[in-house]
Amino acid sequence: MSSLSYLAAATRAVAEEMRRDDRVWALGEDLGRGGVFGQYRGLVDEFGDARIADTPISEATIMGAAVGAALVGTRPIVEMRFADFALCAVDEMVNQAAKARFMFGGQARVPLVIRQPSGMWRSSAAQHSQSLEAWYTHIPGLVVAAPATPADNLGLLKAAVRCDDPVIYIEHKDLWALEGEVPDDGEDVLVPLGRARLARAGDDITVVTWSKMVGVAEQAAELAAAQGIAMEVIDLRTLWPWDQEAVFGSVVKTGRLLVTHEAVQVGGFGAEVAATVAEDLSDSLKAPVRRLGAPRTPISYAKPLEDQLRITPERIAAVAAEMLGD
Amino acid sequence: MPDRSHNIDPDRLLGLYKTMRRIRAFEEAAEAASLDGRVGGAVHLSIGQEAVAAGVCANLRPTDQITTTHRGHGHCIAKGTDPGAMMLELFGKEGGTCGGKGGSMHIADFDVGMLGANGVVAAGIPIAVGAAHGAKLLGEDRVVVCFFGDGAINRGPFLEGLNWAGIFALPILFVCEHNSYASTTRTEAVTAGPGATARAESLGIEAFEVDGNDVVAVDGLAGELTGRIRAGGGPFFVTARTYRLKGHTSVDPGAYRDEDEVSLQWAEDPMNRCEEELQRLGLAAAELETIGRQATEEMAAVAAAATAAPHPALIQAFTDVQDVGAPVWSALP
Repeated sequence: MSSLSYLAAATRAVAEEMRRDDRVWALGEDLGRGGVFGQYRGLVDEFGDARIADTPISEATIMGAAVGAALVGTRPIVEMRFADFALCAVDEMVNQAAKARFMFGGQARVPLVIRQPSGMWRSSAAQHSQSLEAWYTHIPGLVVAAPATPADNLGLLKAAVRCDDPVIYIEHKDLWALEGEVPDDGEDVLVPLGRARLARAGDDITVVTWSKMVGVAEQAAELAAAQGIAMEVIDLRTLWPWDQEAVFGSVVKTGRLLVTHEAVQVGGFGAEVAATVAEDLSDSLKAPVRRLGAPRTPISYAKPLEDQLRITPERIAAVAAEMLGD
Repeated sequence: MPDRSHNIDPDRLLGLYKTMRRIRAFEEAAEAASLDGRVGGAVHLSIGQEAVAAGVCANLRPTDQITTTHRGHGHCIAKGTDPGAMMLELFGKEGGTCGGKGGSMHIADFDVGMLGANGVVAAGIPIAVGAAHGAKLLGEDRVVVCFFGDGAINRGPFLEGLNWAGIFALPILFVCEHNSYASTTRTEAVTAGPGATARAESLGIEAFEVDGNDVVAVDGLAGELTGRIRAGGGPFFVTARTYRLKGHTSVDPGAYRDEDEVSLQWAEDPMNRCEEELQRLGLAAAELETIGRQATEEMAAVAAAATAAPHPALIQAFTDVQDVGAPVWSALP
């Protein structure tokens, strides 16, 4: 094991996969200078500017050209820079990448990774802060992953590159600097898509979350523990497919489910998890299922306003306490 | 009337004519099946535009690739897709090019380099650009042709895709099949400036205009440009002026068009013009009639076969979606 940042783990994942498979290449704006966050730093020196391709600010064609290049046998890693900008390429993601295999009767595959840096970070305001992962879970054909740790940003990104399906890959901008232990080498580095991670064990309440909110939930668990509540935190890691077995197993044990995410609560992916558990596990529930997401308002620039939308450890712990009947 | 005769090998022209006749016959059979309800979804006919498909694709190898549009039956046939499988696809039947899961607007045949029609205007442009980019990355020697209509030049991916092809110097030929209508709106009424060719030139792409109803002219220009691409050139751009003799879809009578305009355009039907050229070269009218009849019979047979064919197995609604997180099928109660 060694320590790497969430950002450096992703750089390592891309480099290792590009060394392993000549068909893998990355395209997006500013990649030759390392990408806007530095997550491609150094790669052009090793792989050249054909495989670390600098593109114009043309999101639709970055995405559409990647679909075309995937259809003919390459394996593109598409950098969308900000998840908010990927909205300029929704036709190419939703109508083209996600549907080509099905529409064409299985003749073609679209092996793509679509990296979408997401979430609130350094007062970025309404067009550079969104968490839109739930949208993509709605689209048949897409896989959606959202790593929370450096080890998962290494292992899940590698798995995403090897996946023959288009993968929406949500990295949280506020996690780039997060340091953590990662495996050194070998195939055990890979993290399978669709498998949740038990971030913290506890018997009283299950908190299901993903991405940056995993760390927030872990802090909430400390606060809850001080009140005598044992919180189990499940890091979903992949939203589609999501690990129902892991969530169900935990809820059967605790009898209580809180799903929390940074994204707007209305129509968020928490609704899907909550509804599924409410439908299938009603006999196991000791309390109604709860959700905790952002209010349905754009993200403000001013820090105190932005903070109004933030899910904090204190808020999670307070909901948990309510669910325990305090 | 200007002299429109060409120097062309009669056998080559006869081959082009056969392709055009087969496309016309396919479209007529599809139109009939659409109007009597055997084909359920929208069918966009390319009647009147056959010379572009035939003339361009006659210069392509099986390893070359194309993308096309919702009005793409002609390009598929000209590239070598089996009309029987295409008709099964239109009917939503087992054995269709896409197993009945795509329909007219999503025909694809990767075995012959047909990378897919598209239901979204201009969406094929970035995909074709990406296919050409992929060829360059993989070091594969092939030409990509991107067919689209004059309506597509007002969408963003047109600008983005042409710019991309230019900066990466991709082996791609853009063919704007200018049929004068964007759905039911005259394109010139919604297009600023001089149009497609000028837009391509403004991005530094060498661009050409051709009479898209003159199959010999299309063939000649496509031959020159695909040759230059194979020699390391590209991208290139062609505006082929033609006319959509039918409505936007099979059920659109096109009543928004002036009757005189339409009858004038029927006089320019590329099929007739090709026949005139062939007769000038000495082919007998009876021989051309035989070719026409054979095409009609071929497409009547594929339509009859498609009518009789079974629908796909119901589980097909759930297959080929994704490997990870695939949907699970169970029969409805």
